[in-house]
Amino acid sequence: MTGSAAGSTLIELSGIAKTWPNGIGALTGIDLDIRRGEFLTLVGPSGCGKSTLLKLIAGLTRPTQGRVIARGGPPRIGFVFQAPTLMPWARVSANVRLPLDLARMPRAHADARVADALARVGLVAFAGSLPRELSGGMQMRVSIARALVTEPDLLLMDEPFGALDEFTRQRMDGELLALWSAQRLTVVFVTHSIQEAVFLSTRVAAMAARPGRIVDAWEIDEPCPRTDAFRLSPAFAAHAQRLSLRVAEAGGSELDRAIAR
Amino acid sequence: MTMQPDRRERWLRIIAPACVGVVVLALWQALVVVYRVPVYLVPSPLVVARTLVSDRVLLFHALASTLGVALAALAVAIVAGVGAALLFAQSRWIETSLFPYAILLQVTPIVSIAPLIIIWVHDLWVALVLCAVVVAIFPVISNTTLGLRSADPGLADLFRIAGASRWQTLWRLRVPGALPYFFGGLRIASGLALIGAVVAEFVAGTGGASAGLAYQILLAGMQLDIPRMFAALVLIAAAGVALFAVTSVLAHAALARWHESELPRER
Repeated sequence: MTGSAAGSTLIELSGIAKTWPNGIGALTGIDLDIRRGEFLTLVGPSGCGKSTLLKLIAGLTRPTQGRVIARGGPPRIGFVFQAPTLMPWARVSANVRLPLDLARMPRAHADARVADALARVGLVAFAGSLPRELSGGMQMRVSIARALVTEPDLLLMDEPFGALDEFTRQRMDGELLALWSAQRLTVVFVTHSIQEAVFLSTRVAAMAARPGRIVDAWEIDEPCPRTDAFRLSPAFAAHAQRLSLRVAEAGGSELDRAIAR
Repeated sequence: MTMQPDRRERWLRIIAPACVGVVVLALWQALVVVYRVPVYLVPSPLVVARTLVSDRVLLFHALASTLGVALAALAVAIVAGVGAALLFAQSRWIETSLFPYAILLQVTPIVSIAPLIIIWVHDLWVALVLCAVVVAIFPVISNTTLGLRSADPGLADLFRIAGASRWQTLWRLRVPGALPYFFGGLRIASGLALIGAVVAEFVAGTGGASAGLAYQILLAGMQLDIPRMFAALVLIAAAGVALFAVTSVLAHAALARWHESELPRER
């Protein structure tokens, strides 16, 4: 692959604006490079267009203005939604195999990949289970395995752990970071949790609403892998404060409430 | 005696309605006997049962004929209804253009079209089936179309990201997702197919070898053979319940593994 060195641009968003058919502006003036190997998190209150931005990157929706440019050809994309979004009628293995089936990969080859992806999220023993037989956290792991099974160039995650309890979420954050560093993934992650953003990211982008825009973006230049000790460090607190200030400055009191959570 | 709660509930679901049935029948029998109600007005349950046995050849032959029409109609309604739904799901344009005609089919009373169908279609059996199809097909079309449209939007996005073809999206996402809706429609259609068959027989009023239960009811009415009328009614009702039960079993077989509607309730 050409230009696959870490740090090189994978996707370039330039001058993006998105207006809904009813005239409401979802996004405006978005200029953002997604670099290979980074863990970029978009943080902002509800309605700031972070999910829309993710869909633009995935090619699920088109910008009204500006361009999404994929450097070195269209990337393979893995997408993880807020809900597990599994097929309730299919077993875990079939759910994870879905992207490979859709790409018409031979069954034997695909099954090996599925076993590998399930191993990565620690669910090998549950390959034959149905989604409803698993807990919320386990369903989310299935969803992540399905996103990883194609060995994506870019993993897009839209508040994937938002519906989980705090303890499960912190454990999942840790597991995700381990996967990211082991697989050298490129991740764009969306959250409204300041703590989650600082803990996970190599770079954060603070967003504001009405219209959705990026108000600030900077590197979280802290060593990886990150441990629970990082959560208690002064550097963590400093980044979290900066992030919360940036988002709060851009919004009103309504936003403060969203951030206070 | 200790019993598992769910087992006890299952027994309750059989025993409770059975008790109501027995009580009602006993009351009916008692009232008819005590007040000496003439048999040409209201026959007692025992008389009806006796008629079922004595006229069994005639009645069960008629039942087979009516059930044959209803089942054939149901089969045609399933094939044509699902076909129409698949067509509608292909594009909004097709659905918008054709769906009003499906509604037209639904709202036109069958008794008013049946004479026309019977005149136009030379083969009477085919005409009867066609009438029943007209009655039964709408819930299949409407529910299946709704189901095909109700695919999880997140999963639909996932299929798009994966570059799935139209056929793959239909077969792997829309069709399985539509199954619960389809079976909901089928349950309604099974009853309607029987109603359609009976109504069509009434309109056609045909006797002979293909005489169905409706014809037996007509004939019994003219001959004031009220017990036979009741016996035919009992058979129609039983056939309706049996059809419903079969569709329920089919739905359970297809959905029990995964769909909420067929899962045991957890407590």
